Amino acid sequence: MKIKITGLRKKIELFDIFNNLFMIVVILITLYPFWYCLVGSLNQGFDYLKGGVYFFPRVFSLENYIIVLREKVLLKAYRVTISRTLIGTATHVFITALFAYGFSRRYLFGKSFYSKFGLVTMYFSGGLIPQYILYNQLGLLDSFWVYIIPGMISFYHVIIMQAFFKTIPEELNESAVMDGAGEYRIFFSIIIPISKPVLAAIALYTSVGHWNSFFDSMVFTTSTSLQTVQVYLMRIIRSIEHATAMAREASDLMPGLQRANTETIKLATMMVATIPILVAYPFFQKYFVKGIMLGSIKG
Amino acid sequence: MTNAVVLTAYLEVLALSTILKGTEIRVKKFNKKFPRFEKRQLEAQSMILPGFILMLVFSYFPMYGLIIAFKDYNIVSGFMGAPWVGLDNFKEFLSYDRFYLVLRNSLAINILQLLFSFPVPIIFALLLNEMKNAGFKKIVQTISYLPHFVSWVIYAGLIHVLLDPRGIFNSILMLLNITEKPILFLGEPSYFWMIAVVSGVLKGFGWSSIIYLAAISGVDQQLYDAATVDGAGRLQKMWHITLPSIKGTVAILLIFNISGLVKTGFDQIWMMHNPLNMSMSETIEIYVYKMGLESFRFSYSTAVGLSQSVVSVILLTVSNFLIKKVTEESLF
Repeated sequence: MKIKITGLRKKIELFDIFNNLFMIVVILITLYPFWYCLVGSLNQGFDYLKGGVYFFPRVFSLENYIIVLREKVLLKAYRVTISRTLIGTATHVFITALFAYGFSRRYLFGKSFYSKFGLVTMYFSGGLIPQYILYNQLGLLDSFWVYIIPGMISFYHVIIMQAFFKTIPEELNESAVMDGAGEYRIFFSIIIPISKPVLAAIALYTSVGHWNSFFDSMVFTTSTSLQTVQVYLMRIIRSIEHATAMAREASDLMPGLQRANTETIKLATMMVATIPILVAYPFFQKYFVKGIMLGSIKG
Repeated sequence: MTNAVVLTAYLEVLALSTILKGTEIRVKKFNKKFPRFEKRQLEAQSMILPGFILMLVFSYFPMYGLIIAFKDYNIVSGFMGAPWVGLDNFKEFLSYDRFYLVLRNSLAINILQLLFSFPVPIIFALLLNEMKNAGFKKIVQTISYLPHFVSWVIYAGLIHVLLDPRGIFNSILMLLNITEKPILFLGEPSYFWMIAVVSGVLKGFGWSSIIYLAAISGVDQQLYDAATVDGAGRLQKMWHITLPSIKGTVAILLIFNISGLVKTGFDQIWMMHNPLNMSMSETIEIYVYKMGLESFRFSYSTAVGLSQSVVSVILLTVSNFLIKKVTEESLF
């Protein structure tokens, strides 16, 4: 009997050891690509070409970053990305929350109509070309607003938000109504302050979406002044000529940087676009998780 | 443009009349009960309005625009002026000599992705749930979600770098004598499916596991205690208690995954395809984009996209039906 128990215990421990080892492998596989990229971008360009820069920079140098951060097109792209993220997120959260609050009112007429109307938009779309033609007719092509206006509402986010609004006790509303407050007053001074967790989660999803989106910029805009960081990056990754041109330009400016090569410039550009997410992510990740939980309650 | 205006007006009238018809009588009854009701109703409706118009314009107009799949549309002729061509665009796609290739790539990449990216998060969630050290568990979770928040542009960029002939992956392979010369992974068509599937799983498994973890945390603890008394081991408990308890969640997510079967993510494939691996990497999405916005064949590419959506809807309905039969769980 005694032997059996110790045998069992051993088995459990073995399982734990393997499980923890497995998790360490998972962490390494997830983080290593980013580390590799960071190390390469901090290595001197010419030296990197010899290969073998895997764990630490062999010849430490910041020249790649100096070249990348001097690039005016990238700085401009950053400005576009930041403004679309801020404006796009603010308008999306506002319009969606407004819709969700109205939608969560029990007395709302046409509620089932709105619900079907919205659900259809979640599962069907006209596809790329009809969208393109529509934007063309609305004058949204090659305009900053193509990033903002079509994305101002998402019915999926409406569902998440109104599920939260429904959990707010009705008495809060009733007392405000007694005091003569209209729905707008209630929305701005009661609902919004109470709903900060869900609004934060939605705002974070939306801003990550804006930050990472490249399709709209690639398809619907043509001028360089509207190019986002992701499109800029895409062009660099997909065409080596671009990075070569950049290196040549940089070496014209600063003779000392002639050894810089396209590979490490590419890595530095990737890092510059990733670092904001890597830095912000640990602080915000609990809101992301909260958001998906709220969604799954309903879903 | 005039068509669009007429359509808006028509849809608006349709929407309003639907709302009004059913509710007119109820309004009167309500107004007697609550005198302040009318004002609230107007306010609530006005809150809905901006979002409603946005959905109408940016979701419903393009759906109406799908009719160009049955026309020979060009910029000069416009919507109305374009002549009807019936199913010609669809026939052309079916007789296109690379039709088989494009369809095969889309299906293969998706089926492979489903086979791996569906079970991996479930297994990961089960193993995470077995971890005893809460702090370490939290760290693993946080790190595993990270790639989800990085764009495909960057993630594919990382994959490019890792798989580079000079990159670490080739070095490891050469160190282990698996290959003599470095392999140009993304230039070799035969590797493309594997790269797409593995990178898709790596980017998404952590984030997808959240929903299963939530389901697992809802399992009644007493079940485990009872099983412990009966002498069940960890793996047995996993198999006999945890898995059956999250069956519903698994079923729902499976339906979602199957309905997305014909749709490959554009971003990922776009970032990884190149002229060298085209024969294995050209999916329907890529083809639609190229035909529509690089060759400006608007009608034809809309028809291709529409056929894809139709297959997608059929798959959703069928999988929903089948899974309803098996697990009594369904979306609709």
